[in-house]
Amino acid sequence: MQIKVKFFASLSEQTGLAETTVDADNPATVLDVWNLATSNQAMPSNTLCAINMAYARLDDSISDGDEVAYFPPVTGGNL
Amino acid sequence: MTALLRGEAFDPWQELAQVEAGLAKGKHGACASFVGTMRDFNVGDDVHSMLLEHYPEMTQQFLDAICSEAASRWNLIDCCIVHRYGEIKPGDPIVVTAAWSEHRAEAFDACRFLIEELKARAPFWKKETTDTGERWVHDSPGE
Repeated sequence: MQIKVKFFASLSEQTGLAETTVDADNPATVLDVWNLATSNQAMPSNTLCAINMAYARLDDSISDGDEVAYFPPVTGGNL
Repeated sequence: MTALLRGEAFDPWQELAQVEAGLAKGKHGACASFVGTMRDFNVGDDVHSMLLEHYPEMTQQFLDAICSEAASRWNLIDCCIVHRYGEIKPGDPIVVTAAWSEHRAEAFDACRFLIEELKARAPFWKKETTDTGERWVHDSPGE
């Protein structure tokens, strides 16, 4: 499966990746895609992810053609 | 409904005036708005500038979705969000949310809903420049 992968903010700096494409086995999860794209770099514990621009979980399955994104907590600020 | 992302400085009051100019006269009795502006300090440090990074397509979808949700939850005449991204200086407006309704309660509630939902879940990340260099805000204890 061809998966487009995006990294944002500090995760882009830490992984050295902004956008890439991976060829994932079917089935595969969001976590599998991270490991493929980053060559098994450690994932920060507070990482958030999205599939096709909707918030997702690391154990969610992905489909061919999906766009998967990884990013740190959003910084909306205090009340 | 209007949800816009701006890469350059904008005037929130002009944005509000523009939306309001498109509304039928005499139909709304209330407009509630919130304007968020960049501070020159954070967690005890002077902040000289801020890079506001975002995930463009997801952010646009998210802002559109919360405008739609506000319109479904309250009886609104209209609502809007305008949000900056990119390099921002202290004093620059970052975001404006607003809601128009027949009476004030719905406008207040919807306006607050828009900004709180946006702050909690919209994919924006702040990178501040201070005297000691750059830092991602999510890596620091405050915001």
